Amino acid sequence: MSKGQTIVENASERAADAARPGAGGKVLEWIDARFPLSSSLKAHVTEYYAPKNFNFWYFFGSLAMLVLVIQIVTGIFLTMNYKPDAALAFMSVEYIMRDVSGGWIIRYMHSTGASMFFVVVYLHMFRGLIYGSYKQPRELVWVFGTLIFLALMAEAFMGYLLPWGQMSFWGAQVIVNLFGSLPVIGPDLSVWIRGDFVVSDATLNRFFALHVIAVPLVLLALVVAHLVALHEVGSNNPDGVEIKKLKDENGIPLDGIPFHPYYTVKDVLGVVVFLIVFSAILFFAPEGGGYFLEKPNFDPADPLKTPLHIAPVWYFTPFYAILRAVPSFFGTQVWGVLAMGAAVVLIGLLPWLDKSPVKSIRYRGPKFKVMLTLFIISFIGLGILGAIPSTDVRTVIAQVMSFVYFAFFLAMPFYTKNDVGSTPVPTRVTMSTPARQIRFAILWAVTIIGAALFAMYV
Amino acid sequence: MTKTIRQLIAAAVLALPMAGALAAGGGNYDKAPIDIKDTESLQRGAQMFTNYCLSCHSANAMRWNRLQDIGLSEQQIKDNILPPGAKIGDPMKIAMTPADAKAWFGAMPPDLSVMARARGADYIYSYLRSFYKDPTRETGWNNLVFDKAAMPHVFFEWQGEQVLKHEKGADGHEVAKLELVKAGTLTKLENGKANTAEYDKRMADLTNFMVFMGEPSQVKRHQLGYIVLLFLIVVMLPLAYLLKKEYWRDVH
Amino acid sequence: MSEQKVDAGRRRFLTVATTAAGGVAAAGVATPFLMSFFPSERAKAAGAPVEVDISKLEPGQKINVEWRGKPVWVLSRTPEQLKALPGVNGDVLDPNSEMPQQPAYCQNEFRSIKPEILVAVGICTHLGCSPTYRPDLAPADLGPNWKGGFYCPCHGSKFDLAARVYKGVPAPSNLEIPPHKYLTETRLLVGDDK
Repeated sequence: MSKGQTIVENASERAADAARPGAGGKVLEWIDARFPLSSSLKAHVTEYYAPKNFNFWYFFGSLAMLVLVIQIVTGIFLTMNYKPDAALAFMSVEYIMRDVSGGWIIRYMHSTGASMFFVVVYLHMFRGLIYGSYKQPRELVWVFGTLIFLALMAEAFMGYLLPWGQMSFWGAQVIVNLFGSLPVIGPDLSVWIRGDFVVSDATLNRFFALHVIAVPLVLLALVVAHLVALHEVGSNNPDGVEIKKLKDENGIPLDGIPFHPYYTVKDVLGVVVFLIVFSAILFFAPEGGGYFLEKPNFDPADPLKTPLHIAPVWYFTPFYAILRAVPSFFGTQVWGVLAMGAAVVLIGLLPWLDKSPVKSIRYRGPKFKVMLTLFIISFIGLGILGAIPSTDVRTVIAQVMSFVYFAFFLAMPFYTKNDVGSTPVPTRVTMSTPARQIRFAILWAVTIIGAALFAMYV
Repeated sequence: MTKTIRQLIAAAVLALPMAGALAAGGGNYDKAPIDIKDTESLQRGAQMFTNYCLSCHSANAMRWNRLQDIGLSEQQIKDNILPPGAKIGDPMKIAMTPADAKAWFGAMPPDLSVMARARGADYIYSYLRSFYKDPTRETGWNNLVFDKAAMPHVFFEWQGEQVLKHEKGADGHEVAKLELVKAGTLTKLENGKANTAEYDKRMADLTNFMVFMGEPSQVKRHQLGYIVLLFLIVVMLPLAYLLKKEYWRDVH
Repeated sequence: MSEQKVDAGRRRFLTVATTAAGGVAAAGVATPFLMSFFPSERAKAAGAPVEVDISKLEPGQKINVEWRGKPVWVLSRTPEQLKALPGVNGDVLDPNSEMPQQPAYCQNEFRSIKPEILVAVGICTHLGCSPTYRPDLAPADLGPNWKGGFYCPCHGSKFDLAARVYKGVPAPSNLEIPPHKYLTETRLLVGDDK
């Protein structure tokens, strides 16, 4: 028998195997009769039709999922060796870094993951902002997303206390004291949060419990809600066109492609590129230039000695800058706290603030584009200002930027009304072009260079 | 698309050193001439660290047998460095109790395990070289980098004596400077010119060791990093790219 | 959707190759996590070989040292006790130490390097209690045939002075002899024999 024949025979055998339900098929049948396995896979993966024009910005949703998994897995392993005890916590982190085999990799994965989580989530949110992904019918997707962002902030804040270094301690001290400025209940509230009159062992222990189990559970539930809501309404896309409006004779959107295999293979590529960046940081710059792991946090917490300059971790700095920018008046500093809270809450209200008849920035008018540009400048500017000590000039800049931040949201109902561009929204999605890619690269370059220059000269 | 991603990464990489420079900020410290791969320097530093620092400062996160990472064998550690009574698997502890320390120095000398990570190599290198005579201090010594440091000048026999001088800088501002007035065993004074190369070299060794001790796995971290990045870039990236391209030929 | 011909072979090859490479990556990522379950440097340091000074050990005296969190007995047996050992050969389960409960250099009459010094892990091979040293002859509770040995209070296992288990008791094998060696005549190292 020649080789060719064998191959042909094998191929026909395989075809026959596929036709009759084999052992695997029977197991699947058995499960499907009791659990919607095949139908869920179809609904959410193989026959979930996503617009075919996803671009760069659409990697960050799946990447956020990846980082969530990284954080949960590394977190579980860290709890196996970490001691949530004020007397032991600091050294137990060093114990993980030195004495536990592979411990340093796990810890750096977790610390790098924390920062990368925010990188990915900020980019993911920005995507929603420019393509109007929060607009009808995706309001709940966006609200769940905002809640995820809030939970993530709580998670990161409490996790940052655990290494029990100087920044852990004083960062927690400052943030918890913010609650103390609330009228009437404030002072009692901050004591209640700490479980003590200063940040102490009791605080560390409860933050540990909240960080490792309570908030992650909330986070997971919200992620499920986010995805269920998304799959109910379908994904938006860079053109803001509803692909469900135009379907072929089989009911499949003309501009839709099945998530699997097309977006799975695309996301695999995104994951690989992400992992290259992630590994480069993990193995060559785990301290992130002092931003991912702050230097003073290598000094054990000392309730009697405040570090000269307390800055929150980079991902909180825009909101921290807003807090600092608001002056205290009527004898209370609660306004800064309220402003900081409002800065987050407003994000969740976007679906109702935006009155534009179109979704995507591609078909919006100049007013939105100008406001968005100012907003980006302010957000990044506040992020930089929040990380460095304040001066008189910097405070004024921060105040202007905070004003822009709020104006972007609060004035939105006015400037988005009837603000449409010269190109009408197409009926079908459009694909990427070299001109768009060049513009994309230029905008990124301008943003990064601008941010760097601002950081150097402010 | 991938092109833009590449450009993006390049831009991000360019932005990183700027962020680093921003973070380092403050304090004008001398650049510490250290090399974490120079095992001879690390071994000299380890020897100095045990002989001088470990009498008052602990390094509780650091185990003696970890010195194998800087090229010493277990036997060499036992014979040359390990204090009597200590076991090779022990951490670098000190006998002094916090109560004693409080009585002698006013405070417990800080543990030095991760000091290099908290302060940076340049700070430590500068600190070790910036002691000067100050009769107002109880120890007789003060430090230009860390004013009113409680620590006496442990290496004064090596360095000799420095004094604080105030000079008018080029821009008219007063600058504090240290001047060597009495040579030690590792410094020279020739015609009023100080030669501190030998002393500086020793302090660089000590700083180098403290940087190693701050994160003993850092050399291994880099080695592993090259392997991981190589695998991701040479194997995973082309495969994932081709796979995506192959499937996306369907999409028009 | 696909007007062009799909190159199924290429597609399958790339899928398999990427999956395989991803598998390698996953194995690599899993490594530190799996490694972290092994004893840490602290555990290893705590479980390091222990040096014991036996210069003050009197004949008939037993001292306990801790090695890897377990009690290790160092017993100096008197000439009489040694002489009595062959007498119980018929009553013990494994008189010639054929089960691998000791290093090769202790598979002998006395289960030791030096005849008089017994080094044994004081953990009953039944369920892990620590037997008590009972050198007294023919006590009331252990019967007239008791020639000295170890008695486990938990389930009544009995061992002779070479830590060999008696027949008809719950423990299935002799007590374990840990690796050990003599650094000098009077300095014993428990936990390492190289």
